[in-house]
Amino acid sequence: MRVLALSAPDDLAACAKDYASTAHDLLRAPETGLVMLRGRMGATGAAFNLGEATVTRCAVRLVDGTQGHAYVMGRSAAHAKLAAICDALLQRDADGLSGTVIAPLAAKLDARQAEASSKAAATRVDFFTMVRGDD
Amino acid sequence: MYVAVKGGEQAIDAAHRLLDEERRGDRSVPSITLEQIAGQLTLAVDRVMNEGSLYDRELAALAIKQARGDLIEAIFLIRAARTTLARFGYAEPLDTQAMRVKRRVSAAFKDIPGGQILGPTFDYTHRLLDFSLAGESEPAEAARAASALRSGMPRVLEMLGSEGLMEQPPPETGEPADLTQDPLNFPAGRDLRLQNLARGDEGFLLALAYSTQRGYGRTHPFAGEIRLGTVEVSFTPEELGFSIVIGEIAVTECEMINQFKGSATVKPQFTRGYGLGFGQCERKVMSMALVDRSLRAGELGEERVAPAQDEEFVLSHSDNVQATGFVEHLKLPHYVDFQAELVLLRRLRAGIESAGDRLEAAE
Repeated sequence: MRVLALSAPDDLAACAKDYASTAHDLLRAPETGLVMLRGRMGATGAAFNLGEATVTRCAVRLVDGTQGHAYVMGRSAAHAKLAAICDALLQRDADGLSGTVIAPLAAKLDARQAEASSKAAATRVDFFTMVRGDD
Repeated sequence: MYVAVKGGEQAIDAAHRLLDEERRGDRSVPSITLEQIAGQLTLAVDRVMNEGSLYDRELAALAIKQARGDLIEAIFLIRAARTTLARFGYAEPLDTQAMRVKRRVSAAFKDIPGGQILGPTFDYTHRLLDFSLAGESEPAEAARAASALRSGMPRVLEMLGSEGLMEQPPPETGEPADLTQDPLNFPAGRDLRLQNLARGDEGFLLALAYSTQRGYGRTHPFAGEIRLGTVEVSFTPEELGFSIVIGEIAVTECEMINQFKGSATVKPQFTRGYGLGFGQCERKVMSMALVDRSLRAGELGEERVAPAQDEEFVLSHSDNVQATGFVEHLKLPHYVDFQAELVLLRRLRAGIESAGDRLEAAE
């Protein structure tokens, strides 16, 4: 679910296009609502409510009865529905989908994060000591 | 005599059409796209998400476009939009320790494990207008280091905490209060105060924070650590019963170190103020941390003498949607109210004149 949720809707649609037409019933049609996000006082202390985020959820049932659920941030109904179908397929045949959908999406995610991280790392300060001129 | 009237419907329609045209601007220039606003006016989008109290970059971009760049109007639009959506529940508290850091600096220690990461900052720019941006020129690509940053940057304040020099954050005491479900009440707990400050007006919090630095409730602050980056959001849907990652958001966090507090049983320790916000919002979270600390005056046994220490003053006036509603409503018709004042004033003056007449007659 993590990779399905974190991937851009377009990336998911591209990687999972073969599965988009999997026969299913909608247990819950895609629906956009809010989740209240929370922080912690002093980063590690008691929780407080920070503000909300839009989230879209969807639940499907495949022909064999397997259920799939998805909650993804944002308002993309297509993202939530495809993630729910993938969630159901993963429960039926984890290995199959892991290779074809999850692994490529995870690789893309890792590459994106590594690029951002290496750009941040380039802004790390190297301190050097000034030589005093008076001694 | 005033007689109540109705009217203005056509004028209002025409005014809104004129507004639409003014918003569009010169039709020979392409209309600005939401992708351009979300991708290039990122800090305006972050501010609207913070004070609109809703993380959704596209909606914030739409609101900014609709509001013609008036960010408080855009915030109002976002607040209105959120009331149309159902609440699915509460996410797990964000783990900022696990943040994928884009910027992370400490003004208290030079050598911190993980280093000082400047990230995309306006700091150290010369604040000279860059006329190359007026043209079509593309900037050079960002530099890349050979290796990525280590994950899980250690916290600066924890380094002091391990020596006992830093007060520990308050432990969990139950469900945090939620302003969106229950009206603001006083005294307000720190959870409620932080929620209020997180959605509070940046300008108002900045001015209050500044006032504490200038002596109106001193807090002796050091920016212990400021970090910006992305964190994953986890949520437990009722039907699943276990926590899943539903996405990630950008946040800025500020931990201020403030002067000491001790007691008969506890040796003096640094105290702290905390700020957290959506997107890149350093000025906001620094202000939030300063005001959070000054609002802890009661808890820390400090005399409340300054506006920034008065929670009723701060929390009741921090919300710019409420503030603009009450200030701006003055421009809506008050014909009857004003008529009443006018009658009252005329009566007062007439009373003084007739008293004067009587005085003259008596002389």
